[in-house]
Amino acid sequence: MNQETADGSIVVCPDGPLIIRGEFEIVTPSGEPVPRQRKTVALCRCGASAIKPYCDGTHKMIGFRTEFPPDSRQGSTS
Amino acid sequence: MKIPEPRGPISAGLLAILAGPPGSDPSAHAGLSQLVQDRLPLVEDLIDDDDIQLALFCLYELHYGGLDGVDERWEWNPGLIGIRQLLEEPFEEALRTAAGLAVPAAEAMSTEQPDSDGVAALLFALAAEDSGPSLSRYVAKKASVEQLREFLIHKSIYQLKEADPHTWAIPRLTGRAKAALVEIQADEYGGGLPDRMHSAMFARTMRGLGLDDRYGGYVDTVPALSLASVNMMSLFGLNRRLRGAIAGHLAIYEMTSSRPNQLYGNGFRRHGFEASVTGYFDEHVEADAVHEQIAGRDLAGGLVEAEPGLLADVLFGATAALAIDARFTLRIMDAWESGRSSLRTALPAAA
Repeated sequence: MNQETADGSIVVCPDGPLIIRGEFEIVTPSGEPVPRQRKTVALCRCGASAIKPYCDGTHKMIGFRTEFPPDSRQGSTS
Repeated sequence: MKIPEPRGPISAGLLAILAGPPGSDPSAHAGLSQLVQDRLPLVEDLIDDDDIQLALFCLYELHYGGLDGVDERWEWNPGLIGIRQLLEEPFEEALRTAAGLAVPAAEAMSTEQPDSDGVAALLFALAAEDSGPSLSRYVAKKASVEQLREFLIHKSIYQLKEADPHTWAIPRLTGRAKAALVEIQADEYGGGLPDRMHSAMFARTMRGLGLDDRYGGYVDTVPALSLASVNMMSLFGLNRRLRGAIAGHLAIYEMTSSRPNQLYGNGFRRHGFEASVTGYFDEHVEADAVHEQIAGRDLAGGLVEAEPGLLADVLFGATAALAIDARFTLRIMDAWESGRSSLRTALPAAA
């Protein structure tokens, strides 16, 4: 986490989900709230989760790979 | 929790001391301390020793909910802390040996200097390597209702105080690692809703199978190994110098949780149990997919970035957890596949 963050943040996890923190709503296309049990959520990015839109860890079993975006603040080595 | 039955001279000596008030019999400590020192060299396998693991469990319990009727002043009694340390030292050594045997590569990894993403990647790789027989697949496909009950009984030793051992680490951390641990723990403790506390959800699952959901209700019933896995967490959590190990332990627990919990839930659904029973497992599929990212990168990774010297202990905590878990799985599967109970004693008939 950085010293100065916006009200919310989306963490782009390497080979994994998007972690969303802060104030936000998850809604269906017609605006209905999607059931949500926790403040910080992980959203599926690999498409294989059985509990979409949330992540269930399946990306680890299907070998999902992402390009990690270049980090402008600190040299990314991995 | 209720006072357990002693399992040998050390636990018997300890429980006898705890029955009185502190200071009533100073020679009793010295006697117990001598007994521990005499017996330790004779113990072949400390991790699986009923007497020692129960004694440690009771000593740690003084720092959690306490033992029924035991004077609360015993918690910081120097004599008992001294006996705890006598037991902890060889226990930690045994865990380090077990961890080294389970994942020999971890030692080489600890010489690297990864950033937080690198630490998360190392831990995810360790979790992925974890092979061996799968308890979760057995539970999903084959376990009988009686075996599901046994499974819950083993787990109840920890799950009825789920998250507590890791909470000890909060004041020992700073910055990113601390914020990460607090974020995970807030979720473990239900985000402000008592019914959503993971320990409360587990209690609901137990009640759904007609089990006693009181904390520690089944301590007498489980083997040493089930106590050892919880003692390991208390050892890591209560000793500040092992803060790396408790961070690594939590990270690997989260990383090896989502898929197994999906399968555990399936095992209970297969027998017709409904959402009140499977809710605990379903919750963990979703929660731990969040927690594993935070625990790997921000907690363990953040800690190693702040204190690079702790990487070796982060890996130790993770590999020790894997090693003990693998041993526990072998034991339970061996019993079940040969048609035996995996418990130490038969279930009380009232269950």
